[in-house]
Amino acid sequence: MVTCTPLWIACGPMSLILIVLLPFLGSLCAALLPANARNAEAWLAGIVALAVTIIVGSLYPQVVAEGVLRLTIPWAPELGLDFSLRMDGYAWLFALLVAGMGTLVVVYARYYMSPADPVPRFFSFFLAFMGAMLGVVLSGNLIQLAMFWELTSLASFMLIAYWHHRGDARRGARMALTVTGAGGLALFGGLLLLGQIAGSYDLDAVLAAAGKVQTHPWYPVVLVLIALGALTKSAQFPFHFWLPHAMAAPTPVSAYLHSATMVKAGVFLLARLWPVLSGSDEWFWIIGGAGLCSLVIGGYLAIFQQDMKGVLAYSTISHLGLITLLLGMNSPLALVAAVFHIVNHATFKASLFMAVGIVDHETGTRNLQRLSGLYRAMPITATLAMVAAAAMAGVPLLNGFLSKEMFFAETIFLNRPEWQRILLPLAATLAGMFSVAYSLRFIHQVFFGPPAQDLPHAPHEPTRWMLLPSALLVSACVLVGIFPALTIGTYLRLATDSILGSDAPAYSLAVWHGLNLPLLMSLIALGGGTVLYRAFLWRTAEGVPLLEHIDGKRSFDWLQTILTSSAERLLRRLSSPRLQMQLLLIFVVTLGGALVALLPDGTSFGTRPVTPLQPAFLLLWLVGGMCALSAAWQAKHHRLAALILSGGAGLATSLTFVWFSAPDLALTQLTVEVVTAVLILLGLRWLPRRDERYSLGLQESVGTHLRRLRDLLVAATCGLGLAAVTYAVLTRPDVDGISPFFIEQSLPGGGGLNVVNVILVDFRGFDTLGEISVLAVVALTVFALLRRFRPAPESVALPHQQQEQDSSQDRIPDPDARLPDGYLMLPAVLVRLLLPLATLVSLFFLLRGHNAPGGGFVGGLVLATAVILQYIVGGTVWVESHLRIHPLYWIAIGLLSAATAGAAAWVSGEPFLSSQAWHGDIPLLGELHLSSVLLFDLGVYMLVVGSTVLMLVAIAHQSLRSHHRKSAPGAL
Amino acid sequence: MEVVLSLAVGILAGSGVYLLLRPRTFQVIMGLSLLAYAVNLFIFSMGRLRIGEAPVIDPTRGSDPALYTDPVPQALVLTAIVIGFATTALFLVVLLASRGLNGTDHVDGREPDKE
Repeated sequence: MVTCTPLWIACGPMSLILIVLLPFLGSLCAALLPANARNAEAWLAGIVALAVTIIVGSLYPQVVAEGVLRLTIPWAPELGLDFSLRMDGYAWLFALLVAGMGTLVVVYARYYMSPADPVPRFFSFFLAFMGAMLGVVLSGNLIQLAMFWELTSLASFMLIAYWHHRGDARRGARMALTVTGAGGLALFGGLLLLGQIAGSYDLDAVLAAAGKVQTHPWYPVVLVLIALGALTKSAQFPFHFWLPHAMAAPTPVSAYLHSATMVKAGVFLLARLWPVLSGSDEWFWIIGGAGLCSLVIGGYLAIFQQDMKGVLAYSTISHLGLITLLLGMNSPLALVAAVFHIVNHATFKASLFMAVGIVDHETGTRNLQRLSGLYRAMPITATLAMVAAAAMAGVPLLNGFLSKEMFFAETIFLNRPEWQRILLPLAATLAGMFSVAYSLRFIHQVFFGPPAQDLPHAPHEPTRWMLLPSALLVSACVLVGIFPALTIGTYLRLATDSILGSDAPAYSLAVWHGLNLPLLMSLIALGGGTVLYRAFLWRTAEGVPLLEHIDGKRSFDWLQTILTSSAERLLRRLSSPRLQMQLLLIFVVTLGGALVALLPDGTSFGTRPVTPLQPAFLLLWLVGGMCALSAAWQAKHHRLAALILSGGAGLATSLTFVWFSAPDLALTQLTVEVVTAVLILLGLRWLPRRDERYSLGLQESVGTHLRRLRDLLVAATCGLGLAAVTYAVLTRPDVDGISPFFIEQSLPGGGGLNVVNVILVDFRGFDTLGEISVLAVVALTVFALLRRFRPAPESVALPHQQQEQDSSQDRIPDPDARLPDGYLMLPAVLVRLLLPLATLVSLFFLLRGHNAPGGGFVGGLVLATAVILQYIVGGTVWVESHLRIHPLYWIAIGLLSAATAGAAAWVSGEPFLSSQAWHGDIPLLGELHLSSVLLFDLGVYMLVVGSTVLMLVAIAHQSLRSHHRKSAPGAL
Repeated sequence: MEVVLSLAVGILAGSGVYLLLRPRTFQVIMGLSLLAYAVNLFIFSMGRLRIGEAPVIDPTRGSDPALYTDPVPQALVLTAIVIGFATTALFLVVLLASRGLNGTDHVDGREPDKE
């Protein structure tokens, strides 16, 4: 750790977080600016990028002095997860590349984007990408690295699809995301394994665990997974095909993401983990092999592209292949060359992309067949492009030449068997020739020859600001090319030393190493490439000879189609859109699972002595069982009967609770039974009449009978199974669980005698709070759903019973009558009297609930039943003109008072819902015991009343609505 | 008693499952309530069957756990009953809305092609 100097920038570790944070903050701001604020956006992005560049640059002395800067913010320390940033020389160089290149591209993009483009989206994702990329570079933790890695894929997806009205942009973006996303998943797996093997996800610890990792039996798996991630990201063979399709992105994006930075993330990671993973034969074949294939195939394909960006895309694949191959060679010097080439490639390739963008911008086309002779119209652009292309081709005195020479030298001194030592230099020279040929074609066809006639726009030089970034990059190419040791030398050494540590080899960067084999190879490549172009490709390229049948995109599409259709087939096999089939599967699978669990043990019944049988109980369940079975039988054609029968089964259940010492349950079950019955009765009216086909006695098909038989079998098995399990449990001895605690603590801890109630409102009050919230949500959902309810047309008319009744008396409900008129006059009087009585009873249940059976649930249901009875007897119109319930207020106040009771504990500094009690003497009233649980139970009570009434009344109102009768306004 | 209760649970569950597999929404809602009875009784019976030992502390007898039945399954079932009511209400409204929208009370929202 360093001590902070007053200047904040100088305070290394803290400014690391700024480097990652600033772009994300900028991204957020950029998203919020108005759509036409082009200049403000560009200023914002430019300032952010420049600030990050300056911060990174200013950290140089510290990185030199200390080697590694670290910043660790504990996040979940008990899981060993920290947010950790780490900057060594290599990360510093890469961060500078990302930030510096970002600054230049922002300037360029300001003039490239047209006024019609929604720039906030562009700059927002651009900055987000920059933050994510810096996050990848600076991550000191493997998992964190994988997260930032995915973020770069997402940002890239959004940027490729920036012009989302274009089909090719959408396709390209999807393909890029699928390939890099799948690779990212593999990478994540690989990094997790790596972290497990190394014993830590901390990068320092992982880098120090090379020996442990390479001897581990899982090393090949780790290697393959990480290679999958890196190779997909860096568009390496055979995953290279996404990159050319990503060229549908705006050119600044191609320049920044798809040449200079994001595609470098793959090789960045390979170099980052080079000390841990490299050195083995597997590494050589996987990484080196992919690199070599990409180098040669990418270069070959680049020659035949018609789109300027296509040439650059395949050339990028080829150059990244070169870097990958260097990394795969298992030699420290090759690693130096790889890092060097990463920087060089970024400079010349980004400037070439910018040149393409300028040409596209000024002429309206990027087609090599149409473009010609632009040198006259745009000499500066042409010169810049020529120098950059020469660097790409590896012409001496430019930076591309230097790293390419190092590459050639490495291929010669490869420490491998003879045939590989011969083959590799040959392949390298061949790739060099391709590189020369496509660079030559790129420049010659666009800028030389007769001036093109049929261009969409008349070409001319762009504004100076658009040329500036490109010019800066090209001058870097030249400076590094002529004075390598003075310009890049020290920085490169800093970067490679931080990767290699004490193994860092001695090397010298110089333009002239004397007449040697690599120079000869360079000359052959230059000469051969020129001949190749002059002899075979002069304006004749149409299609790709030899490799035209190898098309990554086609295989990708094929694979995607196969995957989708087989997934669909599998889904059709395994599942069904029909609810009945799904439920059947659930039951069958559950049954199977239970059988698998039971069979091995051959579970038998226990030995606990059974309670002696009471005949009345047997009789009760004879009736109850009959009710259940008949309900099942009648539910199709006799709904009312089924409802009554099911109520009978409910009653038997309720009596069982009474029998076996559960008075609270019995009370609740009984009241719920009443409310449910009323609810379903209200709903019956909207269900269709019986299907004529059945009442006509039409024959049902054999299939129907078989299906019914099958369901009957499943149901019987389920029932028997559950009965057996119940019996097996009941005949086993008691388990000493948590129950004794509740019984013992009920009085001392909860201050109540009714243990069940104390559990609900005190010990497990939080559960109850959750439950009543669910109840409130359900009630509101029911209310909301019914506001948009449209009944089926044939259900709108009044049921004939009601029509008869109305016609015989010819009545319209009179809202102002003292009593509802009609034949229910007498019950109406009784029911009105019942309301205050029921209120009293419900309050009684509420208040005594803590010490005797009762409580908020039961009390609330009793009151709700009384209110519903008013509706049933008096009619909706009459009741609502006399009684304002406002169930929504009840729900709100109930929830509030339950929450307040919970929050009261905070006053005395205890956790939420700890019960607070006060016991004392009040003059006149005598001894009094007040507790926050009563307030809580009151909340439950009010909420239950509100929810139940709201649901029932909402359904009841549907009849009124569909007859356009006015109900009392504001009744609900 | 144990045998009777076990069979009761089995019958309720069997009737419920059979109804859940039927094609009409009303059958399913009935099936759900029957299955709910079965499951509630099942959970309740996990505390074993005891007669006349309600978990309401009698101050004269003290709070020895051996004197009272298990209160935990009861507390669980009490909430289950109320939530069961809420789901029934929600399902009822959904089935009514589905019937209004699709003109059928088949669980899939449309009549099967042949029956």
